[in-house]
Amino acid sequence: MTDTTKYLSHLELGEPDKTFLDSNELIINMGPQHPATHGVLRVILKLDGEKVLGTECVIGYLHRGVEKIAENRTYTMFNPYVDRMDYVAAVSNGLGYCEAVEKLLNIEAPPRANYIRVILTELNRMASHMLWLGTHALDIGAITPLFYTFRDREEILKIFEKYCGARLTTHAFRIGGCLYETYDGFENDVKKFVKFVTPKIDEYEQLLTTNRIWVERTKGIGVISAADCRALGVTGPVLRASGVKWDLRKAKPYAAYSEFDFDIPTAQNGDTYDRYLVRMQEMRQSLRIIDQAVNRIPEGPIMAKVPKVIKPAVGEIYHSIEAPKGELGYFIVSDGSTQPYRVRVRPPSFVNLQALDLMVRGALVSDVIAVIGTLDIVLGEVDR
Amino acid sequence: MPDEAKSPTSAGEHAAPAAPAKPAGPVPTPWESPLVSDLHKRYGSGISEASTYLGQNYFVVDSSIVADVLSVLKDEKNFNYCVDITAVHYPQREKQFDVLWILYSYDTNERIRVKTMIADGQSIPSSINIWPTANWLEREVYDMFGIHFDGHPDMKRILLPEGWKGHPLRKDYGIIQQDNEWVQINLGIESGQ
Repeated sequence: MTDTTKYLSHLELGEPDKTFLDSNELIINMGPQHPATHGVLRVILKLDGEKVLGTECVIGYLHRGVEKIAENRTYTMFNPYVDRMDYVAAVSNGLGYCEAVEKLLNIEAPPRANYIRVILTELNRMASHMLWLGTHALDIGAITPLFYTFRDREEILKIFEKYCGARLTTHAFRIGGCLYETYDGFENDVKKFVKFVTPKIDEYEQLLTTNRIWVERTKGIGVISAADCRALGVTGPVLRASGVKWDLRKAKPYAAYSEFDFDIPTAQNGDTYDRYLVRMQEMRQSLRIIDQAVNRIPEGPIMAKVPKVIKPAVGEIYHSIEAPKGELGYFIVSDGSTQPYRVRVRPPSFVNLQALDLMVRGALVSDVIAVIGTLDIVLGEVDR
Repeated sequence: MPDEAKSPTSAGEHAAPAAPAKPAGPVPTPWESPLVSDLHKRYGSGISEASTYLGQNYFVVDSSIVADVLSVLKDEKNFNYCVDITAVHYPQREKQFDVLWILYSYDTNERIRVKTMIADGQSIPSSINIWPTANWLEREVYDMFGIHFDGHPDMKRILLPEGWKGHPLRKDYGIIQQDNEWVQINLGIESGQ
């Protein structure tokens, strides 16, 4: 048995600390329309002066009923919808869904398709981390990194656009492999990008890593222990920054990840600063993977033999991948027809957001902004 | 062109190839492991099925012992990460709902699913004391299916607004039902589609 009171919202439960003025508690709303909530997230804050006594997240403003829509579409038709959940990492969403259906059909994407998938997914991880870095720093008050990261993210989006015609909601993969062969000069573009962006990451670090204001605003803020992460189901960079060396790309390899050499960056303190360091390292590791993959893309088909009408046998499957935010899982139930009987999306942002209350309790209001930033949530995925 | 149009028979033969025999789908095979035999020993027929499907292990547990089984899995078998809690609705069945726990063990890198079946209106014990992450996951199941979790301290809707009627992921909840209701009340027309 775990003591749960620690993990529950203390909005009603907490006792205010007696200060010498014995100030009154104040309940205020942050959001839903607030630039630092990264979407439409409403956080009810119970404050004692500037100190946070408890919070409650009110979510669902972006709920579109993706899981219900899935039950009313064929497997192929639902594919583009998944891009609209975590819209800054659409490629990862697509990869997870396609692989889940492939598993249900008991087929495998050909090696060439897997390599293309890895390259694009890792590029997308970088794009997602760059967007996170820019906006997170902007929230805390550093405006410059936003321009740097958006400038470089643009190069990734250009590759996506040349590959499949879309920049954000890419719909890059299909069930069974990839629809598009790489365009002429794809390898060159990716290699050029790797060369171009490697020094840029150092540049971001120069702006922030030793910046005194950045360090003061992030060190020791929003601390979460490894035990709390496990209890709350928190995954992704947040878990790794608390010292747990766990990454689904290594734990349960999918696509072609088992063929590449890369490390899982971790940190020990579990604070906002460590999460920043972990994500910066992750970008470097992504570059390593991309560099290895692009230099040895195998020849061959890019599409497995997939029936024209996708009708998986009766059964259910759970498949998850390491999305930029954490474990992104798809649980699909087939009743043998052309439409999924049930699709459940296990969104990393939704589960990670639960930790917000624990992380900000006792901190200052300005730290709430820092912690929302460091959790790297996308409300499209929280609400689905 | 007209010549081609005159030979429909040959074209027809090409256009209608014999449908390939549909390969029989994979079938669940019994899942045998020390974990399963231990649970079988302890709960007997309470564990009604333990199978592997497409390489993934799951077992079906009677709803009366599910809380016990879950805490044994957490405390003794080290399934310390509750990945997801969800449900599936089968309106034709007597026990209409499947409730599922997807569990993972950081120590053994093993992932399993625990499944139980409950009737409409029947509630099941909350697992929030086992994995605090169940808090929001159970609230979502309640929101979408109307399944109550006993002992959950904050059993209310999470994604939908409080005044929402019905539980959308039930199979009897039509996808355009809400839309039709809204246009009937607000626009005075039968359907907005």
